[in-house]
Amino acid sequence: MSINWFKYSSPQTFFPLAEKLALWFGALALVACGVGLYIGFFVAPTDAQQGEAYRIIFIHVPAAWMSMFLYLVMAFWAGLGLAFNTRLSGMMASAIAPTGALFTFVALWTGSLWGKPTWGTWWVWDARLTSELILLFLYFGFMALQAAIDDARRADKAGAVLALVGVVNIPIIYFSVKWWNTLHQGASVSLAKAPTMAATMFTGMIVMALGFWFYSIAAALMRARCIMLERERSSDWAVEYVKRSA
Amino acid sequence: MLAALRCVIHRDLLLAARRMSDVLTVLLFFVIVVSLFPLGIGPDPALLRTIAPGVVWVAALLASMLALNRMFASDHADGTLEQMLLGATPLGMTVAAKVFAHWLISGLPLVLISPVLALQFDLPQELIGVLAISLALGTPVLSLIGAIGAALTLGLRGGGALLSLLVLPLYVPVLIIGAGAAEAAASGLGGQAQILLLGGLLVFAAVFAPWAAAVALRISVE
Repeated sequence: MSINWFKYSSPQTFFPLAEKLALWFGALALVACGVGLYIGFFVAPTDAQQGEAYRIIFIHVPAAWMSMFLYLVMAFWAGLGLAFNTRLSGMMASAIAPTGALFTFVALWTGSLWGKPTWGTWWVWDARLTSELILLFLYFGFMALQAAIDDARRADKAGAVLALVGVVNIPIIYFSVKWWNTLHQGASVSLAKAPTMAATMFTGMIVMALGFWFYSIAAALMRARCIMLERERSSDWAVEYVKRSA
Repeated sequence: MLAALRCVIHRDLLLAARRMSDVLTVLLFFVIVVSLFPLGIGPDPALLRTIAPGVVWVAALLASMLALNRMFASDHADGTLEQMLLGATPLGMTVAAKVFAHWLISGLPLVLISPVLALQFDLPQELIGVLAISLALGTPVLSLIGAIGAALTLGLRGGGALLSLLVLPLYVPVLIIGAGAAEAAASGLGGQAQILLLGGLLVFAAVFAPWAAAVALRISVE
């Protein structure tokens, strides 16, 4: 029995599948985020030290995880596109970038909202905050480069090189920032939270992370569908789809 | 192959020598940016002494970025670049030679003038040496990383601003470690660790960046 591994590597066959997957993952995301937020706001106990303000971690931590994970996924698709010269991989990479940037921004924003009541300041030049900020710049650079190139294939490939260079750089950036941070300021503020988390808090965070994950899949697939339609607008199936849904 | 590389380096240096204004503009930009900081922050010597390494490094970052646009642009415009792509010499090597020539033109002058600027900031003598060494090791890394960005943005509209958006986040480690060298030396820790790390970064970038820039050039010209 032979499996056709490349069946879904062409936009024509992937387009209907992407629609179904996007709907399912969108629904799952709604359920998971609903459950996660319920656990976070109603079930999880109030923190002894931080009071109610800690509840922002149910958004903050999953968003931070996704922001880093999505960059890797984006670079993976970009590298695949560069290596195998597949059209769809580049489309996936550019579809993931805005969602990744969104989560990076959400992580930074909720982080500063949490920092104000807890540390008394909106921003500290902590290693994690700084490297997250640089990650946001990397996402912006990727999107700006793709936006500046008119030819879609060249945009894919150029973006791929940049994403891969970024992936090589992320560990270097993280360690240099961390090291710079320890050199400069004493540990007046420590992000490392030693106390073990209550089980319900952890469950809420994991469920929220799953919800964000499903949302990312759904959003990226929806965006990929738009990109597919736009780029393949001269092909028969795209014309037919637009006519049918008009 | 070595003859071809020597030829590339010689040609780029000759082109720069015939148009000295390009080289001087970058150098003057560097000097002016550094001189602006005391005007903005105030002439307090103690404060200036602490911020001097950082200021010089940030200015070097901006100045070397300003020069990046020219790395491939004129070769691209007159068709030389296409001949290099077609040529028998591996493109990565050609790019490495071009980057080296570019550093000689735009990076080395910054390194050489940095001790004078450090004097303006009343930096102690032993720190001036550390600062110059860190710049000597760090500015080639900037040129190498910048070559990737310059190759990616070749011939694009809004090239300059776009290039800075791509390249500056990637410069962060060099800035941190480079400026850290003089600061560590100032606090009595000695800057050896940073200098060694910069050397490591330089070797790492020298191996991979020309190759990545070559891939980017092929994408841009294809």
